[in-house]
Amino acid sequence: MTLSTASIHALPHAESAAVEVRGISKNYKEVEALRSIDLDFPRGKLTTLLGPSGCGKTTLLKIIAGLIEPTSGEVRVNGKTVTGPGPERAFVFQDFALMPWATVMRNVAFGLELKGMGKAERQSIARHYIAEVGLTGFEDKYPHELSGGMRQRVGLARAFAVNAEVLLLDEPFSAVDEQNRRKFQEDLLRLVEKERKTFIFVTHSIEEAVYVSDRIVLLSRRPSRVSQIIEPKVDRTASPDAIRRDQGYLDTVEEIWQGLKHYVD
Amino acid sequence: MTLYGYRVPMMASLLVWCVIWELVGQSGLMFLVPPLSAVLVAGYSMVQTSTWQAAAMITLHSFAIGMGLAIVVGVSLGVLMGRFKAVDELFSIWVNIFVSAPLSALVPVLMILFGMGETTVIVTVFLFAVWIIVLDTRAGIQHVPKSLIEMGRSYGASTFALYGKIVLLAALPEILAGIRLGLVRGVKGVVIGQLLVAIIGYGELFELYSRSFDMENFWALTIILFAAAMLMSAAIEHIEKKVDYYAGVR
Repeated sequence: MTLSTASIHALPHAESAAVEVRGISKNYKEVEALRSIDLDFPRGKLTTLLGPSGCGKTTLLKIIAGLIEPTSGEVRVNGKTVTGPGPERAFVFQDFALMPWATVMRNVAFGLELKGMGKAERQSIARHYIAEVGLTGFEDKYPHELSGGMRQRVGLARAFAVNAEVLLLDEPFSAVDEQNRRKFQEDLLRLVEKERKTFIFVTHSIEEAVYVSDRIVLLSRRPSRVSQIIEPKVDRTASPDAIRRDQGYLDTVEEIWQGLKHYVD
Repeated sequence: MTLYGYRVPMMASLLVWCVIWELVGQSGLMFLVPPLSAVLVAGYSMVQTSTWQAAAMITLHSFAIGMGLAIVVGVSLGVLMGRFKAVDELFSIWVNIFVSAPLSALVPVLMILFGMGETTVIVTVFLFAVWIIVLDTRAGIQHVPKSLIEMGRSYGASTFALYGKIVLLAALPEILAGIRLGLVRGVKGVVIGQLLVAIIGYGELFELYSRSFDMENFWALTIILFAAAMLMSAAIEHIEKKVDYYAGVR
């Protein structure tokens, strides 16, 4: 927790929640996916939604994104009720959702293109974030010429480029192979620190959650409710390899596993 | 393909059939099949006549208008059917009937509606081509990945941008396949329309040559028509391949 304390206090409304979820329920016909979820997502932190597969983590994330209508309840971002997608939120998709006919440059700049920004301006912003995610030199490549990990870096750069306050990441590493995922997680931590945004992250990997999160929200099996909130006591100033051997890290992984174990058949 | 260890060039099968045609023609077994060489000579002089040139222009004109309408209407209807369930349910029965119906049987009825002139031919081309374009476009739109549409919405795309920049481009491979199949059907449509109703253009020439058993010219006409249809189809296929290249990662 040491790394972000100073920066958070420097921001306005540092103590308030960037995203508030109030009494959200979602039913798909007779299936009850989410039942009255109340959650606050603190500003400038990375909060992870973790739970057994099929528990509605992604549904909750898409409700926050304004892509899915909740059956009841409301989501507020900076105190304003969400009625649909908005420029203060950007989404990173599990399957990358890149346009296969567009280059890396156009994909990254696409959010800005939709806002009507001029070509030169949006390309210079895109170039900056392409460099941030480590894809310099790939600007003119097409998605099919990139590996899975690189494609998701494009997805991440696109989300950063629109300069949204809240980044919503839907299992961004699940379609990326193990070795690339580790590297990617380290890069994400660096970007979280650098960009000072509010991150909401969905994953089914306990290790990943503990490694990257400031806060972990454990959801129960359907109908999903918040079963536990954990703040991992991990010293993130240490090197990535030291973190993975850190006692606090290992204890938290174990604690979460004990909490989730009874959901697994 | 290799034969006894030798690489056979690509167009070899076509050459084999040309030789067989020539031999059958030279043998004089069937008066319906003149030698290929005679057909080619007849074709060469035929394309220089003003009759053929006028006929080709009329045919091309009807074909272009009919196809243009079929593409515009077919793609629009296909998009609507792919996106909106109500539209799909309203039209799918008609599209499925017409796509497999023997449309030639309808041409005389069209003549009553649209008269003996070019309009009937244009309508025939349209009716032959449009349904497959609708079906393929609809399939393409339905296969657009859901996450691409969510991506557009979450980054603030207007409805217009969502279709123009994402949905139509993502469905482009299927739309092009539909247009290619529609083109081939449209060629059928233009000849059948001209033959059955308005005896103009290419239909008129077909009628003239087959009645007078002028087989050299008849076959020359047929070859030119086939070649034109195949060339157009190959051109679209070429674009399709380019688009598939980009769409390969869906």
